[in-house]
Amino acid sequence: MKYLRRRLIHGVLLLVGVSVLCFLLSDLAPGSFFDEMKLNPQISSDTIAALRSQYGLDQSLPVRYGRWVKSAFRGEFGYSFAYNSPVRGLLALRARNTLFLTSLATGLAWLIALPLGVWTAGHPGKWVDRISMGGTSLLLSVPELVLVLGLLYVVIRTHTLPVGGMMSTGFEWLSPWGKVWDLAVHLVVPVSTLTLASLPILVRHVRASMIEVLGTPFIQSARAHGIARMRLLFRHALPAAANPLICLFGLSVGGLLSGSLLVEVITGWPGLGPLLLESSMSRDLYVVIGIVMSSTLFMIFGSLLADVMLVLADPRVRVE
Amino acid sequence: MIAAVILLALVHLAILFAGFVAPADPAAQNRDFPFAPPSRLHFIDARGHLHLRPFIYQWTMRPDSFNEYEESHVPEYPVQFLVAGTGYKIAGLFPSHTHLLGVENPAHIFLMGTDNYGRDQFSRILYGGQISVAAGVLATVISLALGSLLGCISGFYGKWIDESAMRLAELFLVLPWLYLLFAVRAFLPLHISPTQTFLLLITVIGMIGWARPARLVRGIVLSAKNQAYVAASRGFGASDVHLMRRHVLPQTYGVLLTQAALLVPQYVLAEVTLSFFGLGLSEPNPSWGGLLATLQQYNVLVSYWWMFAPALALVVVSLGYLSVANAFHERLQSVSS
Repeated sequence: MKYLRRRLIHGVLLLVGVSVLCFLLSDLAPGSFFDEMKLNPQISSDTIAALRSQYGLDQSLPVRYGRWVKSAFRGEFGYSFAYNSPVRGLLALRARNTLFLTSLATGLAWLIALPLGVWTAGHPGKWVDRISMGGTSLLLSVPELVLVLGLLYVVIRTHTLPVGGMMSTGFEWLSPWGKVWDLAVHLVVPVSTLTLASLPILVRHVRASMIEVLGTPFIQSARAHGIARMRLLFRHALPAAANPLICLFGLSVGGLLSGSLLVEVITGWPGLGPLLLESSMSRDLYVVIGIVMSSTLFMIFGSLLADVMLVLADPRVRVE
Repeated sequence: MIAAVILLALVHLAILFAGFVAPADPAAQNRDFPFAPPSRLHFIDARGHLHLRPFIYQWTMRPDSFNEYEESHVPEYPVQFLVAGTGYKIAGLFPSHTHLLGVENPAHIFLMGTDNYGRDQFSRILYGGQISVAAGVLATVISLALGSLLGCISGFYGKWIDESAMRLAELFLVLPWLYLLFAVRAFLPLHISPTQTFLLLITVIGMIGWARPARLVRGIVLSAKNQAYVAASRGFGASDVHLMRRHVLPQTYGVLLTQAALLVPQYVLAEVTLSFFGLGLSEPNPSWGGLLATLQQYNVLVSYWWMFAPALALVVVSLGYLSVANAFHERLQSVSS
């Protein structure tokens, strides 16, 4: 419990750190959302000055940060210049979609990586191992960007799946099962891209840490006792190899979020990615900060989840 | 390993001497050949004669079509080597107009097809590499310099310096890097000159990735500074700077090299991603991301498979660097054990 509490405090400090970093960076940057307006002769400089003061951009950095923290506690997380509404309303739905996509991809990637890694570690040099090693090194050098474009090409050419977005038009009138099916077919391209992209690293780590454990004396003795091969691999060796893998789970969330950003924009998935791109272009400061903060929050949530699993899996952590 | 190094060397040389290898100017438009497919190399002509020197036929657009091409079988254009063509500058300094290969006017050779303005895709990929790969390499240099400096200082002096630097590193490590990259790019001005954009890009990309090398270097420095020979050197009155430069830093070179080989493809990808989304260098400057950006149009993605060629270049470069990194890593492991 003490361990978890320490990790929780650490996570909160991290969030504070990220927000400070965001504000520092935004202060270093020249120009703002309203700079584009200066090019428009129909908007007088007085209007722009009034807008700046209305949104509090004329205040000093600490004042702005203080205001932002206050609004964060109110649950608003600042105000969007472009949408003229609190940031939270803009983010909530999109954050949910991103979370849905990434958690599905994470789950799927681990579901494939664990058995594959364990099996290849148990049978090194056999054909499954060779294929998996070759496949992972190829996948490792194909970036998500190329992967998603290639998948889209195949899908469009074969006319098998709908492309783009999260649901078809007329989604509201579908039956409940129809809705689930519609969502599922829209998920295929983004989820398989993210899964394929994160798979190679996971498989390799599972394999490496399993091989390490399989060389230890207690496995030798278990084998000498005549314990069946599958039971040996999954019941005896895997729990012993789990620690670094649980840590990897916490870390892999970050990579997956980055990948998801890209995939979302390209496949038109209504998540945080397209909004971040749009707000980056228009320099909608608080939306950008809000999105960075929520992605950090996801990451911290992922690593906290990993910590909880670590506590459950490893008695030594509980004692410390 | 050897194969990967040779491959990388070839790719980098071709990119460095893009003017020589590329048959055309990257900005030269051929409005008669929008989205022309890659030229086909032939050895046997329409009459069934065998030619030892490969030749191409000129594309002609099918009548009543917008973008369907067929080969006009009348004149053959043999592929010639070391031909005179449009002028360029070797490494931006020495003017020249000799090209590795080409065909006689009025034909054009499109090794990887053309884009919507009829610009030669192959030439644009080579010139684009000068931006994308250079951005990757330079950003890596920045990252490693910053990382080893901070890692060395924090490992060597320890205490609060170490504590605060490592907390900061943790901050950078947990952040999803693409989000951070986008955010930082969002805070920077959009409308600046291409050179400024390029410099800004590599600085931003390089600054974001300092944390991992810093932590690795710190680890090595921590174990190195307690070695007997370092203590002995200190006992003889060596200054801190001398100790770091002479005894501590050389131990980090292996790790730094491995990191470099890992970071370059990652940073090339970062530049490609930013340019793909229009946040990096924009038209008419070719960069791999900008070239791939045409694939965002539905009809281009579906109809013109050769527009995927920059992706192939990207994959080849990553594959090369990653296998070199792997080889370095294994070498390091075997040395340490």
